[in-house]
Amino acid sequence: MSANIKIALAGNPNSGKTTLFNALTGARQHVGNYPGVTVEKKEGNYHLDNLTINIVDLPGTYSLTAYSEEEVVARDFLIFDKPQVIVNIIDAANLERNLYLTTQFFELGIPVVIALNMIDVARDRGIEIKADRLADFLGVPVVPIVARSGFGTQKLMEETVRVASKVKEWHPKAISYGEDIDSTLLDLAEKIEADNFLTADYPSRWIAIKYLENDQQILDKGREEDSSLSTCLEDKVADLTRHLSDTMETYPEAMVADHRYGYIKGILKKGVIAHKYDRDRLYTSDRIDKVLTNRFLGPLFMGLVLLGLYKFTFSYSELPVSWLESFFALLAQVADGLLPDGPLKSLIVSGIIGGVGGVLGFVPLIMFMFFGIAILEDSGYLARVAFMMDRIFRIFGLNGSSVMAYIVSGGIAGGCAVPGVMATRTLRSPKERMATLLTAPFMNCGAKLPVLALLIGAFFSENQAGYMFFFTLLAWSVALLVAKFLRLTILRGDATPFVLELPPYRFPTLKGLMIHTWEKTWQYIKKAGTVILGISIIIWAMMTYPGLPESEKAQFEAQRHAVEASVAEFEPLPGDTVPGAVEELQKRLVAIDREEAERGLRHSVAGRVGTALESVSQLAGFDWRTNIALIGGIAAKEVVLSTLGTAYSLGEVDPGESGSLAKTLAADPGWNPVKALSVLLFISYYAPCFVTVVCISKEAGSWKWGAFSMVFNTIFAFALAILVFQIGSLIS
Amino acid sequence: MPRVMLREMKKNQRGTITAVKQGGEMGRRIRDMGLVPGSEIKIQGRAPLYDPVALRVMGSVLTLRNNEADFIEVEVEEQ
Repeated sequence: MSANIKIALAGNPNSGKTTLFNALTGARQHVGNYPGVTVEKKEGNYHLDNLTINIVDLPGTYSLTAYSEEEVVARDFLIFDKPQVIVNIIDAANLERNLYLTTQFFELGIPVVIALNMIDVARDRGIEIKADRLADFLGVPVVPIVARSGFGTQKLMEETVRVASKVKEWHPKAISYGEDIDSTLLDLAEKIEADNFLTADYPSRWIAIKYLENDQQILDKGREEDSSLSTCLEDKVADLTRHLSDTMETYPEAMVADHRYGYIKGILKKGVIAHKYDRDRLYTSDRIDKVLTNRFLGPLFMGLVLLGLYKFTFSYSELPVSWLESFFALLAQVADGLLPDGPLKSLIVSGIIGGVGGVLGFVPLIMFMFFGIAILEDSGYLARVAFMMDRIFRIFGLNGSSVMAYIVSGGIAGGCAVPGVMATRTLRSPKERMATLLTAPFMNCGAKLPVLALLIGAFFSENQAGYMFFFTLLAWSVALLVAKFLRLTILRGDATPFVLELPPYRFPTLKGLMIHTWEKTWQYIKKAGTVILGISIIIWAMMTYPGLPESEKAQFEAQRHAVEASVAEFEPLPGDTVPGAVEELQKRLVAIDREEAERGLRHSVAGRVGTALESVSQLAGFDWRTNIALIGGIAAKEVVLSTLGTAYSLGEVDPGESGSLAKTLAADPGWNPVKALSVLLFISYYAPCFVTVVCISKEAGSWKWGAFSMVFNTIFAFALAILVFQIGSLIS
Repeated sequence: MPRVMLREMKKNQRGTITAVKQGGEMGRRIRDMGLVPGSEIKIQGRAPLYDPVALRVMGSVLTLRNNEADFIEVEVEEQ
């Protein structure tokens, strides 16, 4: 018979929580979201004898206040899902600070088992912790573990099961917060209990503490439940606040925090912890930091690391990406050979294989990128990057952690906004994160590059490298300035306090890196794959239907017949080389096909929209051909070139060999450098590709943000293009 | 021993926090990280643009922006 135990894993960021979770549950994890928020929820199972222990990994937090989404989620999970035990993981080298969260579990009264992690590192640092004494004073089991090696994890689970079977009720611990606070707390708790105010869900003293702490979530719930009692409680808190401010220049919440630390210090002093070395001793990590965050060497090294990450991702993923591309090309070829000509074939080859292939083609790129980021994150270096870059990014209403998302998105030209948007998860401040993920797509991703290169090559060939560099710098300026604009308007708000922990440098574990990478990649495949399939079919249909009327098709057919007939007349004798005239005629055939494709495109929904938009788009100098290409570019930026090719009757243009298109454009009277510049700017900044939009929506937690990025970016890019085109046309 | 605001402390200087003069979210975050009266701190260094500041407290290294460090009063040790 197997029984189930439900437990939660909680602890500070950088305490090794994820490592422990991976060690306990292996790779069999279920990743989802907490209801209504974007915070990730991971679940897994551990088997002990005939027991199945279901473990929920709570987000890493320092505290249980209501300030961040993570903290609210963790708290709500504990209160409403009532896990039987919390396994509270604590970094042994950082005991005092880590126990702060523990005191808040005690206040709730939920049964706790402490996993004292990284005792090996602590010992190396000369910190000796008497786990049994600590357990005695805290009144909960303390199990020393090393999550990386798995040492102690079985004992930890045994202890957890023991507590789960023994302790059935929650026993809130009454920590003393000093006389003033304690007496007010008693008073409040009495009133709360008398009226059963919110007590169905929360312990009474805990509600009182949250009132003292001015906890928004509890205050809101309280006002809804019983506004007069809530007002009475708030008044009492206000009295205390005034009293504390007059007598001690402090706040109730500060007093509560101070006494929580006091409680911890009191325990640690009683022979729980011994330091062998002098406090001036420099740890290895500090020595590394002397170089890596040095004023001059630090930024230099950071530049090299970021460049390295970039090279690693984009050069090593090139081969697997090309394999996937060939695979899908082969698949398309096979389908092309097997299926009869007609709409079904076109749907499968261009719509489905093309669309899904486009998404899956990114997969190796995503994997390498996340593997690289996982190394930087798990080793602790990412926090140093945020530390060094913060001052600059703060000017634009972002914070130091934004830099990674920008770089990945194409801050060094050629990235990809999809992993870039996903990389914003490392930002813990919600508004800064939103501003970053909405502006990261402005960077020059790898798919925009061929288009930029083509137009620059065709119109500004005298200084190609210079222009490319200019567009990279421009992308940064635009992203940062738009971020600032967003932070001053729809994402207005004070900077979120940026108290960042620089964890000690650690060697990442391969298992951790693999799980990390796989998780992100799978999420991408799942999220983007499903939506993109539908969208690519829609785009395909828009560019295919309605087809040319039969009369026009017949005309092209007749032209072909005429040419073929004249080819037949030139039937060469065996051994003869193909005469130039035949070659000429074959070219004519291709030209007729291309012309038909152009006519067909113009006739399709996309073509009609493109033509209809001409009246507006002329302001920025775009004709219907450019319009169709730009519409196609919303599906994927790669489509811009191939569609332009079709629209200019050149057949599908391969991004690698776009020479003929460049020549055509350069010679076309409808194009000039001013128009080219206007198109360049528009392509750089208009609606992100659909995969990115899907990711933005998922990361921001709402489709509204995806829609916003499409509309806002397009309007912004269009305004910029009009400005440049109008002024440029006046000058030249 | 003189009291200064954390912002004015120099690299490698030590001290003990005497007050955190800020409530609300910022105050909370500062306290969550162990920056409370009585905590000993040491300035570890500063970012290349002199802000944020990195400091050691309770065995971990934290970084604070200067405008956050302005709320923290420290009793510094004479050097």
